Amino acid sequence: MQDGAVDKHRRRFLTTTATVVGGAGVIASSIPFISALKPSEKTKAIGAPVEVDISEMKPGEKLVIEWQGKPVWILKRDQKTLNDLELLDEKLRDPDSEQPQQPDYAENQYRSIRPEYLVVVGLCTHLGCSPNYFPINANAGLGDDWKGGFFCPCHGSRFDLAGRVFKGVPAPTNLVIPPYKYLSDSRILIGDDSGEIA
Amino acid sequence: MNMIKQSLCNFISWVDARYPLLKTWNEHLAKYYVPKNFNFWYFFGALALLVLVIQIVTGIWLTMNYKPSAEEAFASVEYIMRDVEWGWLVRYLHSTGSSAFFIVIYLHMFRALLYGSFKKPRELLWCTGMFIYLTLMGEAFFGYLLPWGQMSYWGAQVIISLFAAIPIVGDGLAEWIRGDYVVSDVTLNRFFAFHVIAMPLILVGLVFVHIISLHEVGSNNPDGVDIKKHKDKNGIPLDGIPFHPYYTVKDIVGAIVFLILFSLVVFYAPEMGGYFLEHANFVPADPLQTPEHIAPVWYFTPFYAILRAIPSQLWGVIAMGLAVFMFFLLPWLDRSPVKSIRYRGYYYRIALTAFVISFVCLGWLGMQAATPMYSWLSRLFTVIYFLFFVLMPFYTSIDRDKPVPERVTAP
Repeated sequence: MQDGAVDKHRRRFLTTTATVVGGAGVIASSIPFISALKPSEKTKAIGAPVEVDISEMKPGEKLVIEWQGKPVWILKRDQKTLNDLELLDEKLRDPDSEQPQQPDYAENQYRSIRPEYLVVVGLCTHLGCSPNYFPINANAGLGDDWKGGFFCPCHGSRFDLAGRVFKGVPAPTNLVIPPYKYLSDSRILIGDDSGEIA
Repeated sequence: MNMIKQSLCNFISWVDARYPLLKTWNEHLAKYYVPKNFNFWYFFGALALLVLVIQIVTGIWLTMNYKPSAEEAFASVEYIMRDVEWGWLVRYLHSTGSSAFFIVIYLHMFRALLYGSFKKPRELLWCTGMFIYLTLMGEAFFGYLLPWGQMSYWGAQVIISLFAAIPIVGDGLAEWIRGDYVVSDVTLNRFFAFHVIAMPLILVGLVFVHIISLHEVGSNNPDGVDIKKHKDKNGIPLDGIPFHPYYTVKDIVGAIVFLILFSLVVFYAPEMGGYFLEHANFVPADPLQTPEHIAPVWYFTPFYAILRAIPSQLWGVIAMGLAVFMFFLLPWLDRSPVKSIRYRGYYYRIALTAFVISFVCLGWLGMQAATPMYSWLSRLFTVIYFLFFVLMPFYTSIDRDKPVPERVTAP
């Protein structure tokens, strides 16, 4: 090659290499910035289990507990409510809880460990509002055949008293059942189901 | 006197030798030629700039007393309202300013639809404007969480959950945005960072690009004719007048009228009956209880109504995203050779009227509770909304447009 002549081939190689290496550097250095937005160690540690006393609850009563910053409802259901649940299957999107919205031990027709107590995360599976509880005789304009359930004020989703979603509403799935276990007949631990279930 | 004038001249030429001061002044103001027939609709670009300045200045002052933590946020806003001298004014200017921003921007966008300002050669100008609109939506959304009222909290919860509707990555994405499993202190803190630094920087950058891009292609006008086609022997458009002093003076009049109306709201109706500051937001955020009725602030309700109209989570979110995205396609959907509505045929006039009616009605429906009747109405207007865009290539190409004059006519 003559002195002073431009070697275009070499120049293109150097440009490409510099671009690729520089690009890789930019991508690599963006990782810390993206990762810094994820839940921190402290945030992860806050989700500790919550213990609840249910001995005072009356049939039809709903307790609201805060767990991981979310509302968790405990609802005491009487025998009539439990019987009514079977009548609704036709109108529900997932009556047999086939979607994995609950731990294995709640994958039954009542979506609970013990039929009379429903434990459920009170956030609509549509866009995360907290639905309101309307018992069977609430007369909230939800129809004459309303068997009691939950109605979301944000986008009109409806759920029955086992947290199962009705057809024709925006929410795609049943309400989430959190992990929980009975510590005794009157105490529930929400957020932890390890070990023996009482 | 002459001494002072002389030294000022010397100073300017000193600067000019080191920075293109006069060049910039001339290119963008004193020798920037603008069509002489601007009308009422041409106020809103300048007014948007004015509102941006109001928001930045009041925002800086609010930041001096606001505390971005879940524990203190609500109380610090009350503190600004009650104990900081003139704090109530600064906050009302800022909260009214956000609604004013969207009013001005919507009118500015409507002007483009009226006179075809999005059409060639202004496609990029239109797209940068749309990016400004998107950034503004982000800015408003992040800012709305900061007072940490009930509506702040549940509004953010709903909007972030929109991302969770995306298959597979959705839940992780929502968690990444919140930095937590629910909307929390962590979320508030980062939204503060986005609201006061990230978004305003992007916004100002985009506004700069928008103006540079405008000055490259020149303004459209109510007749939609190109004033650069007819120039005098000095190369100055025959139908053009310099922006300064003609339009700076006109815009000052517009700004004064705007500020009078703006002050009326700030001083006499800062809540605007719950439209500018929603009633539920006077209650501190409660993560366990959603308010009885939730709706976004008015400027988001058309898109919110579209989201609710569709009885499927994923498709609702997609439709809402598309409703915004369609605007980007306008320059390429419109096949008419005519820009201004003055010379367009009846198809476009009818389509635009139907679109504006459906946009306003969707906005109203988005504020109402979701009853079956309203849901069906929302669906009807959603269909009209999308038909405006989807059918545009057809009705604009068969429209019976009128002949366009060579030179501009009346304002």
